[in-house]
Amino acid sequence: MEPMACQWTDAPHSMGTTIMAVEYNGGVILGADSRTTTGVYVANRASDKITELTDNVYLCRSGSAADSQVVSDYVRYFLNQHTILLGRLATVKTASTLVKELSYQNKSFLETGLIVAGWDKYEGGSVYGIPLGGTLLRLPFATGGSGSSYLYGFLDQAWKSNMTQEEAEALVVKSISLAIARDGASGGVVRTVTINEEGVQRKFYAGDKLPLFHEEIAPRPTPIHAN
Amino acid sequence: MTSIGTGYDLSVTTFSPDGRVFQVEYASKAVDNSGTVVGIKCKDGVVLGVEKLISSKMLLEGSNRRIHAVDRHAGMAMAGLASDGRQIVTKARSEASSYRSFYGEEVPIGELCERVAHYVHLCTLYWWLRPFGSSAILGGYDRDGPQLYMIEPSGVAYRYFGAAVGKGRQAAKTEIEKLNLSEMTCRQGVIAIAKMTRPLSWR
Repeated sequence: MEPMACQWTDAPHSMGTTIMAVEYNGGVILGADSRTTTGVYVANRASDKITELTDNVYLCRSGSAADSQVVSDYVRYFLNQHTILLGRLATVKTASTLVKELSYQNKSFLETGLIVAGWDKYEGGSVYGIPLGGTLLRLPFATGGSGSSYLYGFLDQAWKSNMTQEEAEALVVKSISLAIARDGASGGVVRTVTINEEGVQRKFYAGDKLPLFHEEIAPRPTPIHAN
Repeated sequence: MTSIGTGYDLSVTTFSPDGRVFQVEYASKAVDNSGTVVGIKCKDGVVLGVEKLISSKMLLEGSNRRIHAVDRHAGMAMAGLASDGRQIVTKARSEASSYRSFYGEEVPIGELCERVAHYVHLCTLYWWLRPFGSSAILGGYDRDGPQLYMIEPSGVAYRYFGAAVGKGRQAAKTEIEKLNLSEMTCRQGVIAIAKMTRPLSWR
């Protein structure tokens, strides 16, 4: 019997993933799960899929881990120089445009879905979705990754404009938890990043802090019948 | 006023013993002897004006403009050799456009000025190029408000609240200094500029 380990450990790292970003009244909240897989093996159960591009703009990564890391590295490099040249913080639009350019111009080589979100003094909080082909679309909220399939209907009903920070945060955590419950390629913990005028705040929700849904609740003991 | 280089002025790659590059200075002369170009930064924008030089009665009115749009938020007025000026404007347009494509937003005026100045300076470094015989007065409005810059043939560029080049620059500068630019709107600025470039003719 040959060991099955080879196939599992040699496959490229993929982030099945659920990622999302939501604009609220005053800023944005980015959220992601933490599962990185190689095939069906969980290579990292606590990965950080929300990376910094610049002080006020962060990126949610999905798809190929390597591709998304390389894109993020390039954009961070460009934005760093841009910030120095400009003498002020880059806008979320500029960061998104750079990500889009890389995604679109190299579409045949890359397999990564990205969400850019942040805060700047001109537009306030903004969210930009950059799916596989390199489209750039500004949205009030965006989702991505394999787990996002399970969120479309939920968000259609649950999302509303002009939420407070607490409402938006609760929505993000609930959404990621729902996706984790149904998507095998998403799991682990929920990480969120809140960006507003005051700055950036990272939060971490371990498994026990996440809401449970029907089938996940421990079974109640069956009632003992009289006879 | 003029000093002759005597031997050190034959090439743009030659310094004189007192540290001057004469060819670049001579290029500035081309600007000094041309029609006046004026620019002022007002409260709500920038106003550029040029003195119209009628070299022939057969020239079509409205043609041979010396003020060009560079992008939707920036424009340039050229003094000196007209064809050199055209080249600079083309470069500025190209830079503004590529910035927009790459970064997704309009080029900050200071950045645009840097890029144009860099290009103008480049042409003073090689023996097989000659310096541009034009000065550009660049005016624009970006996120930081209205700004005015001037790029000289040497490649030097400064930011101004009032600038003038050409034959009537001394008189124009005196007039600009009298104005209260921080309180002036563009509408009022246009009238002020018209008066400055009026003596000969105005556009």
